[in-house]
Amino acid sequence: MHLRKIGLVLGLFLLAFPLGLSHAEPVQEFILDNGLKVLLLEDHKSPAVTFQVWYRVGSRNEKDGKSGLAHFLEHFMFKGTPTTAPEEYSRIIAKNGGRSNAFTTTDMTVYFATMSRDKISIELELEADRMANASLGETYFEPEKKVIQEERRLRTDDNPAAALGEVIGAVAYTVHPYRRPVIGWMEDIQNLARQDLVDFYKLYYAPNNAFIVVTGDFFTEELLPKIKAAYGKIPRGAEPPKVKVTEPEQRGERRVTLKKEAELPFIEMYYHAPNLESPDSFALDLLSVVLAGGRSSRLYHELVYQKRLAHNIDADYSAVSIDPTGFSISAQLLPGKSVAELEREIDRLLEKVKTDLISDKELKKAKNQVEAAFVFAQDSIFGQAMKIGYYEVAGGWRQMNSYLDGIRKVTREDVRRVAKQYLERDRRTVGVLIPTKEKPQKTQ
Amino acid sequence: MTKLLLRLVAVSLLAAIAPSVRAGMVPKRAVLDNGMVLLTSEQRALPMVAIEILIDAGSRHETANQAGLANLTSRLLTYGTKRRSALEISDTLDFIGASLTTGASENVATISLTILKKDLPTGLELLAEILTSSTFPQAEIDRQKQAIIAAIKAQEEDPGAVAGRAFAAALFPGSPYGRPVEGTEASVKTLQQLSIKEFFMRHYRPNRSIMAVVGDVSEEEITRALNQAFHGWSKGTASAPPSAPSNIGAPQTLRLQKELTQANIILGHNGMARGHPDYYAIQVMNYILGGGDFSSRAMDSIRNERGLAYSVYSFFGADKSHGTFQFVMQTKSESALEAIRIAQEEIRRMREELVSEQELSDAKNYLTGSFPLRFDTNRKVAGFLTQVEWFGLGLDYPDRYGELIGKVSREDIQRVARQFLQPDKLITVIVGNQKNIAAK
Repeated sequence: MHLRKIGLVLGLFLLAFPLGLSHAEPVQEFILDNGLKVLLLEDHKSPAVTFQVWYRVGSRNEKDGKSGLAHFLEHFMFKGTPTTAPEEYSRIIAKNGGRSNAFTTTDMTVYFATMSRDKISIELELEADRMANASLGETYFEPEKKVIQEERRLRTDDNPAAALGEVIGAVAYTVHPYRRPVIGWMEDIQNLARQDLVDFYKLYYAPNNAFIVVTGDFFTEELLPKIKAAYGKIPRGAEPPKVKVTEPEQRGERRVTLKKEAELPFIEMYYHAPNLESPDSFALDLLSVVLAGGRSSRLYHELVYQKRLAHNIDADYSAVSIDPTGFSISAQLLPGKSVAELEREIDRLLEKVKTDLISDKELKKAKNQVEAAFVFAQDSIFGQAMKIGYYEVAGGWRQMNSYLDGIRKVTREDVRRVAKQYLERDRRTVGVLIPTKEKPQKTQ
Repeated sequence: MTKLLLRLVAVSLLAAIAPSVRAGMVPKRAVLDNGMVLLTSEQRALPMVAIEILIDAGSRHETANQAGLANLTSRLLTYGTKRRSALEISDTLDFIGASLTTGASENVATISLTILKKDLPTGLELLAEILTSSTFPQAEIDRQKQAIIAAIKAQEEDPGAVAGRAFAAALFPGSPYGRPVEGTEASVKTLQQLSIKEFFMRHYRPNRSIMAVVGDVSEEEITRALNQAFHGWSKGTASAPPSAPSNIGAPQTLRLQKELTQANIILGHNGMARGHPDYYAIQVMNYILGGGDFSSRAMDSIRNERGLAYSVYSFFGADKSHGTFQFVMQTKSESALEAIRIAQEEIRRMREELVSEQELSDAKNYLTGSFPLRFDTNRKVAGFLTQVEWFGLGLDYPDRYGELIGKVSREDIQRVARQFLQPDKLITVIVGNQKNIAAK
């Protein structure tokens, strides 16, 4: 959803694709005449199919003053078509034993359902219908706007860490659209008009700006003709405008604070970092594991376990985004500890990985963690579909195939070099949550 | 075309689901020499194994002034054994990329291990060490206490958690089910190493434990390995069934002040135990009221029609000895009282009118049709199997589920709504900025 949330979502699905394993079926790619790409991965280990439609549009494509538009449209897509009543989509999927939902990030808007093989055609048909015929009717516009404002209050305004993340994004990026929260600023949401949604839908919701991912217990020879029949008739749209904004290089640390009722201070350091276009992304991935992957990792062991400054600590990096992204370190403090001291300690440990080589064992451990997580992630067909889709949006699904190879090739010198190059103070934004609440009374 | 298709599949649904469910899971049950129940499901698709252990060692076994003991004990399991220090344990796990987590609820302690098949011997060795020779070093106790107190504070930042705790305390006063499993800052500070060791020795016993092993390993293989690894784990006092809370809180409204934009609301009251014969009728009824993700009366009237909430749902949480009913939502402070009024109306309407045929069949079709999605990964199968055993549902439960849901009638729904939804017994918790909530 939000800038920070992307990292979170990706973290879950980053390691989901089966490769290098003999039993795994390969992804099959088909492209229909209208430009719609179809990515299929058969996996018959459990009796369910995930069907997902990915639109190559997210908050990245919005203009100032219209933040939240992509996400608003995602909600509004559930208000029916000429043949499906408002909210009927969810009801139809549910009564056929399926689970459905949708989400929006900076880079994409995704609709999906998971159902048994004999039911998945229902989802297939309904998604085709709303790709071409969404009603976007006036009646439900105002109530849905209120729902989205409630979502913002729930996820951001009343959530201290998320509220801080939003402010950090707004400061770390000066011109690039990643500076805007995916859900949108409250006033922008208030000011959006139904016509904005209609225009956005016409511009971006076309087969040539979308792709389908299906994973699970289906057979390509049965499913593909159904996809062709339902989607092939939807006309190609005009090429949507490309976003070409480059964030100028940051020269000098930026600092931001947020005051809010909370119990524990929270700090986040956000460093600009490259996406998967850069071969350095593999070493950065491993660096995040060396720093905070598991209780024996450097930051966790030193600052949570030994020095007892932080309640928890995390290092978050995912290369799978359209434009360059961030490497972030975040920590919630233990009661009574000083933010300044924790920040000094984090900096000290970061200096260490910039100066000294990590040990062979540390590197091996990080690689083992990545490879094991890769296998575990295949346990879920939904996770596998997410992985394929994220890669396809960011740079093409085939890049998944070089992921483990890229990881295996990383050396200790690479890890030190990327730490030095990217975890540079002048390229970071430091955000601190300052709790405003007075010390609560002790209760028994 | 879609509509026609729907009708056809709705008819075939019940028949189609049940057999495929069991075919995929093929669980087996055995009792090991040391009394531990072992549930296995061989799944060869991936070179991994998911293990889940439930132990009858929850917070129901602690006294009020020991609040937090069960949780602290469970959290310390990976912080020191006779052979390994805390760091050696985490280093071992991290080096093989395995995940081992421990925790406690009111009834049980849970241990979850996800591991590559090739590392299974290491994993079992570690599990056996943890369960038979945990040492609970004082330095680790101090660390964990500090971390738990921080977690208690951090929960104060989660308005939903604050509301949930207030609700439990008001509904089950004086019962372990009314206390937070973490304890309070004051109670955690007083916990002693000796009590932790005693708690561990008494409750962490194989004949009080259920283990599910799901993945790339056969029943024979795992049984042999477990008999070997766990032979030093000896039986203790057998489990006694949990008893229901003896005091049920009176209807009341609790307002908790927080500087928030939304009111976080729970309306609820006492529920029923998992074994109650009306459990399935209640689940169907609740699906229609507020259980359906995007298709429930609560969702329609509170979210879709009025835009009052992003998240609104209801549930009957059923434990072995007791349960709760909760209707949960968040809405901007100014709409709190309106949302509460509508929630109360929906609860009342459930009692007063028969649900429609359509609502009934939609609910049944969802519950039966989505049932296999509850265990579509190894990890979920492991969790599901331990629950089936804990509640004594029997391994044929997936086969029977369709029939249990299928036989519920509209009249059953009204009958259980009248019995189990009690508008005059509702406890209402409102966490938020009370000034703005009252202003309406």
